[in-house]
Amino acid sequence: MPDLDKQLYHAREYQGIQQIIGPLVFIEGIHNVGYNELVELRDENGHERLGVILEASEGAAVVQVFEGTTGLSLNATRVRFRGKALQLPVDTEMLGRVFDGLGRPIDGGPGPVAEERWDVNGSPINPTSRTYPTKFIQTGISAIDGMNTLVRGQKLPVFSGAGLPHNQVTAQIVRQARIVGEDVNFAVVFAAMGVKHDVARYFIDSFEETGVLENVVMFLSLADAPSVERLMTPRTALTMAEYLAFRENMHVLVILTDMTNYCEALREISTLRGEIPSRKSYPGYLYSDLASLYERAGMIENSTGSITQVPILTMPNDDISHPIPDLTGYITEGQIVLERELSQKGIYPPIAGLPSLSRLMKDGIGPGMTRDDHAHIASQLFAAYAKVKDVRALASVIGEEELTPLDNTYLKFGEAFESEFLSQREDENRSIADTLDIGWKVISLLPKDELHRISEEELVKYYGK
Amino acid sequence: MADVIGQVSRILGPVVHAKNVTRAKMLELVEVGEDRLIGEIVKLEGDTIAVQVYEDTTGLTPGANVYGSGMPLSVELGPGLLSAIYDGVQRPLEMIKAQSDFYIRRGVKVPPLDREKEWMFKPLSKAGDDVRAGQVIGSVQETQSIVHRIMVPPDISGKIRTIAAEGMTRIEKVIAVIETASGDHEMTLIQKWPVRKPRPIDKRLPSSMPLITGQRVIDTLFPVPKGGAVAVPGGFGTGKTMVEHQVAKWSDADVVVYIGCGERGNEITDVLQEFPKLTDPRTGRPLMDRTILIANTSNMPVAAREASIYTGITMAEYYRDQGYHVAIMADSSSRWAEALRELSGRMEEMPAEEGFPAYLPTRLAEFYERAGIAKTLSGQTGSVTIVGAVSPPGGDFSEPVTQHTKRFVRAFWALDRDLANARHYPAISWLDSYSEYVQDITPWWKEQAGEDWPELRMEILDLLQREARLQQVVKLVGADVLPDAQRLVLDVCELFKNAFLQQSAFDKIDTYSTVQRQFRMLKIIVTYYRLGAEAIQQGATLMKLRRIKSLSEITKMKFSIANDEMDKLDALQQRLEREMRRLGEIYAGFG
Ligand SMILES: Nc1ncnc2c1ncn2[C@@H]1O[C@H](COP(=O)(O)OP(=O)(O)OP(=O)(O)O)[C@@H](O)[C@H]1O
Ligand SMILES: [Mg+2]
Repeated sequence: MPDLDKQLYHAREYQGIQQIIGPLVFIEGIHNVGYNELVELRDENGHERLGVILEASEGAAVVQVFEGTTGLSLNATRVRFRGKALQLPVDTEMLGRVFDGLGRPIDGGPGPVAEERWDVNGSPINPTSRTYPTKFIQTGISAIDGMNTLVRGQKLPVFSGAGLPHNQVTAQIVRQARIVGEDVNFAVVFAAMGVKHDVARYFIDSFEETGVLENVVMFLSLADAPSVERLMTPRTALTMAEYLAFRENMHVLVILTDMTNYCEALREISTLRGEIPSRKSYPGYLYSDLASLYERAGMIENSTGSITQVPILTMPNDDISHPIPDLTGYITEGQIVLERELSQKGIYPPIAGLPSLSRLMKDGIGPGMTRDDHAHIASQLFAAYAKVKDVRALASVIGEEELTPLDNTYLKFGEAFESEFLSQREDENRSIADTLDIGWKVISLLPKDELHRISEEELVKYYGK
Repeated sequence: MADVIGQVSRILGPVVHAKNVTRAKMLELVEVGEDRLIGEIVKLEGDTIAVQVYEDTTGLTPGANVYGSGMPLSVELGPGLLSAIYDGVQRPLEMIKAQSDFYIRRGVKVPPLDREKEWMFKPLSKAGDDVRAGQVIGSVQETQSIVHRIMVPPDISGKIRTIAAEGMTRIEKVIAVIETASGDHEMTLIQKWPVRKPRPIDKRLPSSMPLITGQRVIDTLFPVPKGGAVAVPGGFGTGKTMVEHQVAKWSDADVVVYIGCGERGNEITDVLQEFPKLTDPRTGRPLMDRTILIANTSNMPVAAREASIYTGITMAEYYRDQGYHVAIMADSSSRWAEALRELSGRMEEMPAEEGFPAYLPTRLAEFYERAGIAKTLSGQTGSVTIVGAVSPPGGDFSEPVTQHTKRFVRAFWALDRDLANARHYPAISWLDSYSEYVQDITPWWKEQAGEDWPELRMEILDLLQREARLQQVVKLVGADVLPDAQRLVLDVCELFKNAFLQQSAFDKIDTYSTVQRQFRMLKIIVTYYRLGAEAIQQGATLMKLRRIKSLSEITKMKFSIANDEMDKLDALQQRLEREMRRLGEIYAGFG
């Protein structure tokens, strides 16, 4: 359609809508509108709400209203079609500011004066434009640095459960994360979906204490905001992150919490639309939808910036095979799993020894990056701890007295691993050398010939030292 | 492509409906709207059609035109495919990058094969020759390792009227004119082929050669032949992609087609950065020279993800037709099945199990059927081997994609969560995996490795089964109560897992094992068991067996003895035998 026509259409305002079901609005008798484009709705009092077109057909559309439809009436609602997708003004001046899930300021400050507005849906990054992330980020947390190393540009979620200290662990990562021997241009983009005020408060306080608040951009769609707004929150946040990383060359850490609330909002819409459900009535496209968020991480050629993502999600019933953690794990580059059992033993951070994984670890560790022995000691710790789990299971059947001396040694190792290696204080920032040394200290409780994954030279150099 | 064949009436994400449609064909390639988004007709009903669109449909409005092409969705086949990287509908990603920024924007149109590049064409036929469909009439050195054979298209035969002399040419230039019953046919270096239609062959051949992957657990325990089909199911993070990468790197295929179907962008980047640096252990040439990459990552349009599998297999068949052994990696076939489900859902079709369309098993069967070893139309032997990753929700193998796939493949490399958690890689379960191809390739192994290969293999598999049963007992009462003869089984299996089955992809020496090395390592471990069992019968204790000197060497042989040091393995075998005999003799003396 010619541009002039298009402009005329965008000025046109319609009065009246045909149907409202939950957050969905059905409109007929309109000009032909574009799929996925933005819609403005005004209620009787002239109050504006935004929505997006989920389905476009001739002279009709299905619109999902972000702020919810409470208070909208069929006759008095006025509708205007913007003719483009939701866009976010982007500018470095937004650092230090707080916005809602759609990118409107909620900190009392003025709207940002930005030269550019970016489509919040983003576009897929061309795989040939990516650079493979390899830079080790020291978080100061042994369970992460030693065994599940985070690298710059990675997407590494925290799988947690209700009541587990995922916020503390994440805040500790934000406070302590740095690249050894480098001082850089960094920013944090924080997106909250459906979490309570006190969670947002906790992070704000933590950023303030560390003195990074002016480097943080927040997008808050808290528990009392309409649930559909959550669907846009990570998108606006990631658009901000892309601008800071790929245009302004900053190193951006993105925290998305809680992805479970995001997925639930998605399920709600899908159910209302009568779509064919897949597992646990989540829509069949949950994987693709999550991927369109998580894949917005990484590094690209011609930019020195990066986006590192740490999404947080709570596993319903602590079940890691639930579709939300399951599909997340299928997309992200590993996961940090928090374990209730460890937490109940009083261990902080309760990072599960076996199911946690960092897939980008291999290229971020070793001589010149961390230390020559890193890969082998990490692998050996995993193997030995797996054995501990077996021995514990056996001990619970036959009793500790009946165990072989070797099995008993494994139990001792297991205790030491949990209390010395895994455990640390919330303000304890361990260097990678310290982490590896503690690893050696606990592994040296085991006899040498149990250590199949460690080379002779490494044994000579580090065992029992 | 200019003919308007209808108007858009409804847009539902990647599925677009159009009305007032004339002259449309099922599976016809179309363009939609002024951005000319490409799509394929997937449903015809009266004067309406449904189109699956390969690009993001944001902003598309009802009333927009749909343009027909008269052609089905096809790929361009010709020199320049090797070492290229494409999306699911064969758009060249490197060239797209050169034209825009680091994002893939909508509506970009770039031809798949480079029109400007010059190739050295060598004719192998002359004017006046009679030629059959599929016959090789010339060649081009495509990369250092692969000669691209220029074939008469499968639907053409006749007499060569003219053929170009040896010399530089471009892919769109006519290199030969063939007189056919229906008139003259001009041949260039390019052929087009519809992706959903298998390319014809002369006949299928029985499989007899293994595809050697250099991965011990695969080659020795669960081998796949050239022309076979295997599934690699496993929950997230259990190692499917690593297996696919390892096979793509080290297998003795001539050509590898790697399809990243709905997976991570960084995994493709990893291949792009690593493969050019690695060399093929057989040819010494860069691995990228024999590789075609198809990348339709999880965040790229879902309809193109559905097509990616077909794009890849059609390219594989094309190189098979030239007489090559091609291996195709599909990571992950589940993401393809999910794309099918998503499109089917948007078309409001009746769902079957777990929301998948009822035709899922048929589609899976059609795909895996395209694997095979064959006598090609040109009379050569070529093969397509499929290695398909499967990503079952929750790691539960009872779900539809895993279950149906199982019906159409004859080898199954089941990845195990517990093994992966203990960082036992590759986490291929020795209890749940199988290969029905062992019989077919046994003669090859006997000839290339040793006459006793089948016995050694059976013996270790049997020990692993016995170990699994013994472990049930151990779980209840501990290992201490078992007699030494049984504890030896536990010891040997532990040794086999550590020293043989576990294989680090990141260790320079360990990452790849030749057939000879695998065979010798297997023999050494089985020998330890056989002689150990004898010694125990003669009265030796397990403690004594555990203390023999060569045992610690055996434990580390995978790291310490390289592929070109077979004499060292032979020496180790002899040392082991000597030590064990001596031990046996001491006790035999008492007995
Ligand atoms: N042979 C191997 N050697 C060393 N490490 C391995 C090996 N196989 C797997 N791993 C480790 O396991 C991790 C996960 O493997 P991979 O990415 O292949 O899993 P996946 O099954 O493809 O998962 P997803 O379904 O989520 O894609 C790797 O990043 C690597 O650290
Ligand atoms: Mg994978």
